[in-house]
Amino acid sequence: MNLSMPENPSQPENPPTSQTLPDAEILFQQLAEKLKPLISADTALVGIHSGGAWLVERLLPLLGANLPHGILDVSFYRDDFASRGLHKENRPSQIPFAVQGHHILLIDDVFYTGRTIRAAMNELFDYGRPASITLAVLVNRGGRELPIAPQIAALEFPLVSTQNLQLLRHEDGRFYLRLEQEVA
Amino acid sequence: MNNPQLNQDGQLKHLLSIEGLPKAILKQILDTAESFVGVAEREVKKVPLLRGKTVCNIFFENSTRTRTTFEIAAKRLSADVLNLNVGTSSQAKGESILDTVNNLIAMHADMFVVRHSQSGAAHFIAQHVAPHIHVINAGDGRHSHPTQGLLDVFTIRRYKPDMHNLRVALVGDVLHSRVARSEIHALTTLGVPEIRVIAPKTLLPVQVEKLGVQVYHDMHEGLKGVDVVMMLRLQNERMNGALLPSAQEYFKTYGLTQEKLALAHPDAIVMHPGPMNRGVEIDSAVADGSQSVILPQVTYGIAVRMAVMAILAGSTI
Repeated sequence: MNLSMPENPSQPENPPTSQTLPDAEILFQQLAEKLKPLISADTALVGIHSGGAWLVERLLPLLGANLPHGILDVSFYRDDFASRGLHKENRPSQIPFAVQGHHILLIDDVFYTGRTIRAAMNELFDYGRPASITLAVLVNRGGRELPIAPQIAALEFPLVSTQNLQLLRHEDGRFYLRLEQEVA
Repeated sequence: MNNPQLNQDGQLKHLLSIEGLPKAILKQILDTAESFVGVAEREVKKVPLLRGKTVCNIFFENSTRTRTTFEIAAKRLSADVLNLNVGTSSQAKGESILDTVNNLIAMHADMFVVRHSQSGAAHFIAQHVAPHIHVINAGDGRHSHPTQGLLDVFTIRRYKPDMHNLRVALVGDVLHSRVARSEIHALTTLGVPEIRVIAPKTLLPVQVEKLGVQVYHDMHEGLKGVDVVMMLRLQNERMNGALLPSAQEYFKTYGLTQEKLALAHPDAIVMHPGPMNRGVEIDSAVADGSQSVILPQVTYGIAVRMAVMAILAGSTI
């Protein structure tokens, strides 16, 4: 039986370099366009700290400034606590609306192993029972380790495990991507 | 210098006293506590960080409030909690502290919260346990009560975030307080420029001004313009000695009333570690008044204790 999941990007043969990085601002616009048809009366946006929270902040004016929204910091739900301890820079999660019954658009910047999303979903359920959760990310870099995948991604961008892709912000709030190569 | 509270990577391993905590760790505890405050306001007031761990409250001396808040904190972290009032059990039969602790370790306890009437008890246990065991001092004699000190500082920071611009007054029995000294230390570390102590000479340690505080014996003078009034608990047993004339006399001179509080900054907050002696160190009208943050202190105490336990449990061996 073939257990590989076809929609999961496989390891690329020629991994991209910093020079070939896509423009994060264009990706952001594409993400917003993909999300627009999903907005209903019961939609709420939840961004995962920190990149996802930045995205939510800028998505709100485009999708509806009055949408209920919040931020999750998943430090208390991570599965690597036993080996890595508590993240030093944890922030309070802020979910100032009733999760119960809302269709949650869960937003993150880069999708990788799926472990952060697992933690985020566990935390969300401690606030209430959502009607549904849809995962939307700016970039799906491949490499998931759990049966979790984004339903919406502005870009499929397969990377190898020694590469680290990060969303960052210029001082004026514009997004850009940074690719780091781990030194062996 | 070898700091028994830190591991070799500089992470917090035991919490024994506020003295000796680097500023970065002090801030880490307060910032983490900030994240835990919200947990208590949710539908499910628990996070899974200490799932599968066992926290043991060993109280060689009674303190219902401290034990309860530690118990709630551990349970909100999903730990299993064991409460031992040792005064009434094995110790009475002559078992040594270490034998008590080692028996609990044999039952796979992971963390000890220790209260003892003798200074240094938690410190002693910390020195003798295996590296994967964590110890929290929940009060040892007159020496230290670090989580109380931390929750007081946390409360001040929540209401008065600009700590570089604060006047804080500690009023009352500084001599016998196990928190006053560590609070002065923590507030200084976090940049509070002016700390005053207000007390009769008999309730002040000798050379208290060496801690960097201004000393007042007149409460009216001392309260002028302060942003935070921290009342210290007056232990009734002190009344019996030669230190103080009477409770009524003390209230007249050092009890906090609305009239005296009016001398402080109009936005000043009033704190008290509890349990309060109403009508001795604090008037009921003040304790229940709009400037009192005495009950929020209790609430924040749980978040602070959760933060300490989470940080300790996450430190590597």
